[in-house]
Amino acid sequence: MENLNLILPEIFISISIMFLLILGVFKKDSSKITVNLSLFVILITTIITINETFSVNKETLFNGSVVIDQMSSLMKIITLIGGFLVLVISSTYLKTFKIYNIEYPILILSSILGMMIMISSYDLIVFYMGLELQSLALYVLATYNRDQLKSSEAGLKYFVLSALSSGLLLYGCSLVYGFSGSTNFDIISNQLNSDEYVLTFGIVFILVGLAFKISAVPFHMWAPDVYEGSPTTVTLFFTIVPKIAALTVFIRFLYVPFLNLIDQWQMIIVFLSIASMIFGAVAAIGQTNIKRLIAYSSISHIGYTLAGLATATNEGIQSSIIYISIYVVMNLALFSCLLMLRRKDQYYEDIDDLSGLSKNHPLLSLCLLLILFSLAGIPPLAGFFAKFYVFKAVLEQSMYFLAIVGLLSTVVAAFYYLRIIKIIYFDKEKDKYDTDHSLWLKFSLTLSTILILFYFIFPSPLIEVVSRINII
Amino acid sequence: MNFPILSSLILLPIIGSLFLFFTKDKEGNNLTAKYVALFTTIVNFLISIYLWIAFEQSTSSFQFIEDRIWIEGFINYKVGIDGISILFVILTTFITPLCVISVNNSVKNRLRDFLIAILIMESFMIGVFCALDLVVFYLFFEAGLIPMFLIIGIWGGTRRVYSAFKFFLYTLLGSVLMLVAIISIYWITGTTDVVKLYEIGIDVKYQNLLWLAFFSSFAVKTPMWPVHTWLPDAHVEAPTAGSVLLAAILLKMAGYGFIRFSLGLFPVASEIFTPLIYVLSVIAIIFTSLIALMQEDMKKLIAYSSVAHMGFVTLGIFTLQQQGIEGSIIQMISHGLVSAALFLTVGVVYDRMHSRLISTYGGLVSIIPKYSILFMIFALASLGLPGTSGFIGEFLILMGAFKDNFLVAVIASLGVILGAAYMLWLYKRVVFGKLINEDLKKIVDLNKSEYFILSCLAAPILFYGFYPDPLINTIEVSVKDLISMHETNLASK
Repeated sequence: MENLNLILPEIFISISIMFLLILGVFKKDSSKITVNLSLFVILITTIITINETFSVNKETLFNGSVVIDQMSSLMKIITLIGGFLVLVISSTYLKTFKIYNIEYPILILSSILGMMIMISSYDLIVFYMGLELQSLALYVLATYNRDQLKSSEAGLKYFVLSALSSGLLLYGCSLVYGFSGSTNFDIISNQLNSDEYVLTFGIVFILVGLAFKISAVPFHMWAPDVYEGSPTTVTLFFTIVPKIAALTVFIRFLYVPFLNLIDQWQMIIVFLSIASMIFGAVAAIGQTNIKRLIAYSSISHIGYTLAGLATATNEGIQSSIIYISIYVVMNLALFSCLLMLRRKDQYYEDIDDLSGLSKNHPLLSLCLLLILFSLAGIPPLAGFFAKFYVFKAVLEQSMYFLAIVGLLSTVVAAFYYLRIIKIIYFDKEKDKYDTDHSLWLKFSLTLSTILILFYFIFPSPLIEVVSRINII
Repeated sequence: MNFPILSSLILLPIIGSLFLFFTKDKEGNNLTAKYVALFTTIVNFLISIYLWIAFEQSTSSFQFIEDRIWIEGFINYKVGIDGISILFVILTTFITPLCVISVNNSVKNRLRDFLIAILIMESFMIGVFCALDLVVFYLFFEAGLIPMFLIIGIWGGTRRVYSAFKFFLYTLLGSVLMLVAIISIYWITGTTDVVKLYEIGIDVKYQNLLWLAFFSSFAVKTPMWPVHTWLPDAHVEAPTAGSVLLAAILLKMAGYGFIRFSLGLFPVASEIFTPLIYVLSVIAIIFTSLIALMQEDMKKLIAYSSVAHMGFVTLGIFTLQQQGIEGSIIQMISHGLVSAALFLTVGVVYDRMHSRLISTYGGLVSIIPKYSILFMIFALASLGLPGTSGFIGEFLILMGAFKDNFLVAVIASLGVILGAAYMLWLYKRVVFGKLINEDLKKIVDLNKSEYFILSCLAAPILFYGFYPDPLINTIEVSVKDLISMHETNLASK
C-alpha cells in the first residue's frame, strides 16, 4: 500500500473542489461563501503540505510516477500561498466588474491542483495530465470577464497558442518515449544517451513547449496580449503561480531525464535566457499599458531565472528558485498597487494614469518606488539579491558572457522602471484615486513591500530553506 | 565586543529619516523637519569627531572593526576604518549638516522628503567608506543611486529628468561590471573580505580583467574623461544641496575605491594600467580645464573644474608614490570642501537672481562685499594658492608625479595654470567689473545661515592650508603600508 499521506494535499483539494461545485449548484448566491471556503481550503492544504511533506527528503509513489521531495513541497507551498493571496485580493475587482461568481475560486483551485500535480510529476503522462488540468482552468480564467472583447480575445489567443505548445510538448514526449521505452523519468534518465540525433528533436520539442509555458523568448508572443486582455487579478495569477509550476517542471526535466544530455540542452537554455533578458528589457521600453509592461518585464525576469538553470549545478537551481520566490513577492506587490488605481468603479492601467501619484498618494508611491527599484535590481532591495544569487551561480561556472549580458540588460531594464518612477514622482498630478481599499489588499501590499525592503537584513532563512533542494 | 560605533554612524541618519517620515509634511518652511535632520547630522558629526580622537594613528590596521555573519558562509557584514577612510567619513558627516542648513534657501517644496533623501544618502555614503567587504561596499555604493536620482529628479531644474536618467544609467552601467568582478573574486579566492584579500592576494592572471571591471565603475563615478559627461548635467540640474553632496562626497567614493581596491587588490594590474590612467588624467586636466574656460554657466564651470581636479586625484593615486597618494587624499578632502563651498556660493546668488549665467553678474563686490571675500577664498583655494588646502594636495600630487614620470608631471602642471585662468576669470567676471545689470542692486548680502555655512567651510580650507599636519599624520602610516604592501606584492609576483 502506498503512503497516501504524501499526496493528501492533492486529495484534499480535489475533494474540496467537488464539494464546492455541488455547493454552488444547490445554494443560491453562494459566491461569497465559495470564495471564503476556497480560501479556507487553500489554507488547510498549505498546512497539510507543510505537515506531511516538508520534512520528506525524497519519496516516490505509484510505481515512481509521483515524487515528493524538498523541491516539490517548497514549490507547492509557494504556489498555494500565491494562489491564496491572489484570491484574497481579487474580491473588489471582481465585484466591480460584476463577475464575482462561484466559478472563479473553483477555477483557481483546479488550476492549483493541476500545478501541484505538475510539480510532483515524475512521469511523462502524469506531467501532461497536470499540465492540461491547469491549462484548461487558465483558458477559462483568461476569458473570465466575458463581456469584454479584450478578455475573450485573450482567452482565445491563449487557448490556440497554448494548445499548439502542448502539441509540441506531447510530440517531444512521444519521441523521448520512443527512444527510452518508458515514461518514467528515472528510467528515461538511465536509457538515454547522446548518440541519438533524433532524440535531440524530442528534447527540443519538450523544451519549446515548456519555454512557451513560462513565456521565454522566442515563445513569448502570447504573453503581452493575454496579460493585457485578462482581468487584472487573473493577470496577477498568470504572472506568478503558473510560472512556479512550469519552472519546477523545467528543472525536473532538465535535471532528471535529460541530465546526461547536458551538452544538448545547455546552449538552448543559455540562448533562451539571453534572448529573454534582452528582449524583455528592450521591448518594455515602448509600452504604455502597465499590464503589457509587466508582461515584458516578467519575460526578462524569466530570463534571469533560466540563467540559473543553465549552470547545471545545484547552486544554480537554488538561485533560480530564490529568484522566482522573490519575483513572486515583487509581482504581488506591484499588482496590489495596480489594483489600488481605482476611481469611481473604474480601474486605470495606463502608465500615464500614474502621473504625479506622489502628490496625492505619498505612501502608495513610496511602495511603488521601492517595488520598481527592486524589480530593477538596485541594492539593498530584495530584487538585487535575487539577481545576485543567480549571477553568483552563473559565474561559478565561469559563464562570463551570460553574466555580463544579463547584467547589462538590467541597465536597459532599469530605464523603463525609472520611467515609471519619473512619471510618479516628477510629473504633474492628476485626480485622486479612491482610498477605500479592502483590508486584504492593503495587507498584501504592506507585507510584500516590507519583505522587499527588509529582505537584506535577514537574507539567510530563504537561502537555508532553498539550500535543502539538491536535485542533481 | 565594543560598542558598534561605525554601525551607529551608518544607522543614525536612517533612524533620523524614519523620525522625519512620521512628522507631518508641512508646506513652506518646515522647521520641525529641519531641526530633526540637523540634530541627527550634528550628532553624527560629533560621533565622527570622537572617532577621529579615539583613532590610533600609529598603525595602518583597520580599527573599530565590526564583523558579523550576514549571509551564512558567504558574506560577513564587516566594517572598519583606517587612516584613509576616516577622513572621508568625517568629510561626509561635516558636509551633510551644512547641506541641511542650506536647504531652506534652495528647496521650496516637499522639504521633509528632501531631508529624508539627504539623510539616507548620508548613511549610504558613510557605509561606502567603512565597508570592508566587497559586497557590502557594492551595496552601499549602488544604493546611493536611489536617493540621488530622486534629489536630482524631484527638486532639480528644468532639464532634471534627462540629467537624473543620465546620472543613474551611466553609474549603473559602470557598476554592473564591478559586480561581475566582485563575484568572480569570490569564486577565485573564496572570500570577499577585503582584509583577507589583502593578505592572500589575487592570482596575477585574473588581475587585469578584474582591474578593468572595477575601473569601469570608478571611472564613471570619478568621473574620468571620456565618461564625465553626466557630471555637468547632474550638477547643473541638481538643487544646491544635491550638487554639494554630489561634488563633495559622491565623487570621492571612486577615488577612495581606486586607493582601497584597485591599488590594494590588483597591484600588478595597477602597474600595467598606470599609463592608461596617466593619459586619461592628463586629458581630463587639460581638456576639461579648457572646456571650463568657455562655460557661460557658473555651475557648469565648477562641474568641469571638478572633473579636472579629479584628474589630479587619479593621477596622484597611480603615481604609487607616498606623496602622490597622500596628495590625492588631501586633494579629495580639499576638493570636497572647496567644491561644496563653490556650489553654495553659486547657490547664494542663484537664490537671489535665479540665474546661473555669468553674464548676469558683474560688479558684485560693491553690493555684497562679504560674499565677495568668501567667494575669493574659495576661488583661490580651488586654483591651489599656497595657504589653502588646495595647494597642499596639488603640490604633493605633482611632487609624486615628478618622481614617477616627468612628462606627465609637466603637462599636469600646465593644468594648474589653466585652473588659475578659469577660476580667476570667473571671479573677475562675476565679482569685479562694472555693475551693468540694474536688478543686481537690489540683492542683499549673505544672511546669517549662509554666512555661517560658508565660514564653516572657509575655516578648514585655510587651516589645513597652513597646517596640514593633522591630515597627513592621520593618513601617513596607512598610505606607507599600502605602498609597501603594493611593492611586496609586486616583488613576489
